[in-house]
Amino acid sequence: MFQRLPDVAGEMVTITVDGTPVRAATGDTVAAALLAAGFDHCRTTPVSGAPRAPYCMMGVCFDCLITIDGVGNRQGCLVRVRDGMAVELQRGKREVGR
Amino acid sequence: MSAIDALRNEYDVAVIGAGPAGLAAASVAARAGLATVLLDEQGTPGGQIYRSITTTPLQSRAVLGADYWAGSPLVDELRASGAEYVPGATVWSLSREREIGVSIGGAARLIAARRVIIATGALERPFPIPGWTLPGVMTAGAAQIMLKSSGMTAGGRVILAGCGPLLWLLAWQYVNAGAKIAALLDTTSSANRRAALPHALSFLTSPYLLKGLRLLREVRRAVPVISNVIALKAEGEGRLRGVTYRTERGGDRMEPCDALLLHQGVVPNVNLAMSVEIEHRWDDVQLCWSPVLDGDFASSVEGIAIAGDGAGIAGAGAARERGRIAGFAAVRALRPEAAAQHVSAESAARQALAREQRGRAFLDLLYRPAPQFRQPSGDTIVCRCEEVTAQQIVDTVALGCTGPNQMKSFLRSGMGPCQGRLCGLTVTELIAQARGVSPQEVGYYRLRPPVKPITLGELAHLPKTEAAVKAVVRS
Amino acid sequence: MTRRAPDVIVIGGGLHGCSTALHLARRGIRALVIEKDHVGRHASGVNAGGVRRLGRHFAEIPLSVASMEIWHSIRDLVDDDCGFESHGQIKVAENEAEFETLRRRVEDVRALGFDHEELIDARELCELVPAISTHCIGAIVCRSDGAALPYRTTLAFKRKAEALGAEVIEGECVTKVARTGPIWRVMTQTGTYEAPIIVNAAGGWADRIAAQLGEQVPLQTIALMLMITAPMAPFIKPVMGATGRPLSFKQFPNGTVLIGGGYTGKAERDHNHTTLDFAKLALSARTVWDLFPVMRGAEIVRCWAGLEGRMPDDIPVIGPSATHENAYHAFGFSAHGFQLGPIVGAILAELIATGATNLPIAPFRIDRFRV
Repeated sequence: MFQRLPDVAGEMVTITVDGTPVRAATGDTVAAALLAAGFDHCRTTPVSGAPRAPYCMMGVCFDCLITIDGVGNRQGCLVRVRDGMAVELQRGKREVGR
Repeated sequence: MSAIDALRNEYDVAVIGAGPAGLAAASVAARAGLATVLLDEQGTPGGQIYRSITTTPLQSRAVLGADYWAGSPLVDELRASGAEYVPGATVWSLSREREIGVSIGGAARLIAARRVIIATGALERPFPIPGWTLPGVMTAGAAQIMLKSSGMTAGGRVILAGCGPLLWLLAWQYVNAGAKIAALLDTTSSANRRAALPHALSFLTSPYLLKGLRLLREVRRAVPVISNVIALKAEGEGRLRGVTYRTERGGDRMEPCDALLLHQGVVPNVNLAMSVEIEHRWDDVQLCWSPVLDGDFASSVEGIAIAGDGAGIAGAGAARERGRIAGFAAVRALRPEAAAQHVSAESAARQALAREQRGRAFLDLLYRPAPQFRQPSGDTIVCRCEEVTAQQIVDTVALGCTGPNQMKSFLRSGMGPCQGRLCGLTVTELIAQARGVSPQEVGYYRLRPPVKPITLGELAHLPKTEAAVKAVVRS
Repeated sequence: MTRRAPDVIVIGGGLHGCSTALHLARRGIRALVIEKDHVGRHASGVNAGGVRRLGRHFAEIPLSVASMEIWHSIRDLVDDDCGFESHGQIKVAENEAEFETLRRRVEDVRALGFDHEELIDARELCELVPAISTHCIGAIVCRSDGAALPYRTTLAFKRKAEALGAEVIEGECVTKVARTGPIWRVMTQTGTYEAPIIVNAAGGWADRIAAQLGEQVPLQTIALMLMITAPMAPFIKPVMGATGRPLSFKQFPNGTVLIGGGYTGKAERDHNHTTLDFAKLALSARTVWDLFPVMRGAEIVRCWAGLEGRMPDDIPVIGPSATHENAYHAFGFSAHGFQLGPIVGAILAELIATGATNLPIAPFRIDRFRV
C-alpha cells in the first residue's frame, strides 16, 4: 500500500493486471505500480505457494517476479510501465511456454 | 539498429554500474580518450544512491536533501565526457579474459574490454527476522526507491526498524515529505556505542557529523523512536499486520502496522566479482565480504578493478573518488603517454577520498548489526527463494555439510534466482556459529555466471564475435 | 594421533570412493577414505544425475544393468532414496539417418542378450513426451531408467559407510603413495597412513595416483558444463537425450530444468577451477530451443562445470593394478559414472575380499593403454 505525494508530476498510463485496468505513472516500474494500486502480493512462490510482494525494489531479491505481456519471471522492479501493458500475477511455478 | 547491436565488439574500458563510482570512472576514462562503455541495468543513471536523479517526479528538492542532488554534476560530467552510456543493460557474465556477457531488451551478446571496472555497488544486508517474507515487509532502501522514482510513500501505519544511517535518512526524507511514521525501532546495540567511542574523535572531523546530528534531531522531533531493540518479529498470515518487538528492558510489545521497513546497513554486492573468482576476504568489522584490492583498486584478476561500495562500504563520496582513481589507473595502463596530464587530478581524488573516509570507522562500529539479527534461529526463513529455515541450516551442519556449497547442494539454499544475495551472509555466519569457526574459514557460495538470469532464447541466439574469440586468446 | 589401522585406503571421496568404502564395510573390511577437498566436491556432486542404462558402451552394459537393480532399492543400501526417480530415459532421433542409427543400436543390444532398450516411433514419442518438437521421428526408450540427486547420493554413501565402520578424512590431499614390503604408505601434506591395500578412486586426478604405481594412463581432466532454469510447471517426466548432438535434459520435481550433455569448458585441475564457455553453452541452448519449443522463454539461473576424468576410449578403468598387488583402480568414468557408482564399489569390494568378481571387467583393465 503506497500512495503518491500530492505535488508529484507525471503522465498517467493504463495497464491491466490479471485483466483489470490499473492506472500508473509513466515513470513507475511495474512493481511500483502494483504497490500503488494496493495489490497485496504479486506472486505466490513455487516452493510453498506463500504470497510475496516486492521487497528490495532494486533487482536483487527476485520477489517481484511477474508475467509481463505473456513473458513470465520478469523482475517487475526493472520494467517500466507502458500504456496497454498486460501484467499477470505469477502463481507457483512459471507456466511452460510463457 | 537495436541497442545490443550498437555495442562495439571491443572497448578500451568497460565500466559496469552507473552509480557514483561508475559515473566518475567512465567520465575519467572517456575524457582521457579511451573508448569507454558504461553498462547499467537501470533505465536511468545514478545507481541506487542517486536513483532516478534525472527523472524523479518529486518537485521539491528539499524532500530528498542536498546530498542526493550532489549526484547531478556526476551525470552531467558523464554526458560531457564522450563515454558510451548504455542503460537497460544487464551484465550476466564476466570472464577472467574480460569477456562480458550482456543483455539488452531480451537479446544477449558477448563483448570484450581491455580493462573492466566493476562498480556494481552494494545491496542491503539481509535482515532475517521471523515473518520477513510477508507482503508488507520491505527494505528501507525499497521505500527510498519508491520515493525517488515514483514520489510515493508507504501508506497506513508505517514502522521503520533496524540501524544505520540510511534508516535515519529515509525517516528524515519521509518527515520532509510530510509522510507519517508511527515508530522507528532502533536496533543499534548499546554495546556498540561503547565500542565506537574510541573512534568518536575522528568522527568529529568527518563530513558526516554535523549533517548526521541535525538529521537525527529532526527525525526524533517528528517520529517516536524506541531504542535498544533486541528482538523483532513481523506478524501476520499472508500479509503483515504488525510487528512485535522487545527492548533491552524486556517485555514484548506488538505494534500494528501496514508497512514494516527494515534496514541494518549495506554490504558489497559481490556476485559479479566473485563469479570471476576475484579474491575476497571476510571483514569482521563490517561483517561482510570485501574484495582484496591494491591502491588503484585493482583486484586479484588482471585488468579488473572494483570501485565504489563494491570495494568496501564507504559511502557515495568515497565511491566517486574511488571511481576516479580506478579510471586514472586504466588511463595509465592503456595510454601511458598521457599519464603525466592526470597526475594532479588523481592526487586530488586521493586526498578527497581520505577526507570522505574520515569517520567511517565510527559509523561502522556504531551500526554493526547485533548477532541475533544476523544469525536467526528456528523457523525463520534464511533463504527466501527456496524457503530454507535457520533450523534446517543448523541441522544440516550436524549431518556433515560444513560449508555453504555443501549446504547449497543439500538444501538448495542459494540456488534460487537471487544467487545468495539475500541469504549468503546469513548462511555463512550460521555455519560459522554452528562450527565455532570464523566466517573466513567457512567461506561463501561458489558463484557462477549468469549472475542474473538470462533466457534460453538469449543464450541460443548469442552471436559469436571475432573480437570476443580474440579476447579469450589474448588474455 | 593413534587410530586403528585400516584394511584398505581409498584415495578419493567421490561416489566411487565412498561406494567402495561402503561395500567393503558391508563385508566387515575397514576402509579409510582420504579426500582432498570434501566428499562430492567434484564430478560426483555436480553432475547431471542421470541414472541410465541407455546408450552405454557395450562393455558397460552388464555393469550398468546390475547397478540399476541396486538403484531401484537404493534406500535399502544407504538409508536414503537419494532423490532417485524412475520415469525412463529417452534418446530422440531428429531425422531418418539418426533413427536408423538407433534402430541398429537396439538390434545390437538385443543381440547381446539385453532388452532394456526399446525403439519407439513418433507417435509413442509424442505420447511419452508431449513437449518434444514434432520434427523428431522416433527414439530409444529405457522405461525404468531415471535420475537422482548427485550430491545427496554421494553424501548418503559416505554416511552409510561411516555408520558401518568406514572412516572418511576430508581436506587432505594424497601426495605420495609408496610400498614398503606388504604395506602401502599413503602420504598427505599433513600425515601418513598405512594399509595393506589401496584403491585409486581419485577421479580427475587419478592418473597421478596411478603414476605413483608406475602406471601411466592418458587421463584427461575435463570440465563438463551444465545449466539449470528457474522452476517451471511440470511438463516432462523422462530424462531426454539426442542422437546427433549432445544433450541431457531433465525436469526435477521442484520444477527446475537441467540442461547438459557434453560441452566442455576449460579445466584447471590444480586450482579446482573450471571456466565456462558461453559460446558452447549457446549450442546447448540451441539444441533445447530446437527440440523443446516450449522452453524458448525459460530462464537460465545458473551454469557450472565440474571436474571429471576422461579416458580416450570413453570407458573407465576398473580393476586391479597391473604393476602391484593389493592395489586397485576405479576412475576415468568419462562423464557417465554416476549410475555405475553403486555397482563399482561392490565390484571392488568383491575383488578385494575374494580376488575375483562375477561381472565382466576385462574391458576396463588399466593396461589396455600400454602401447
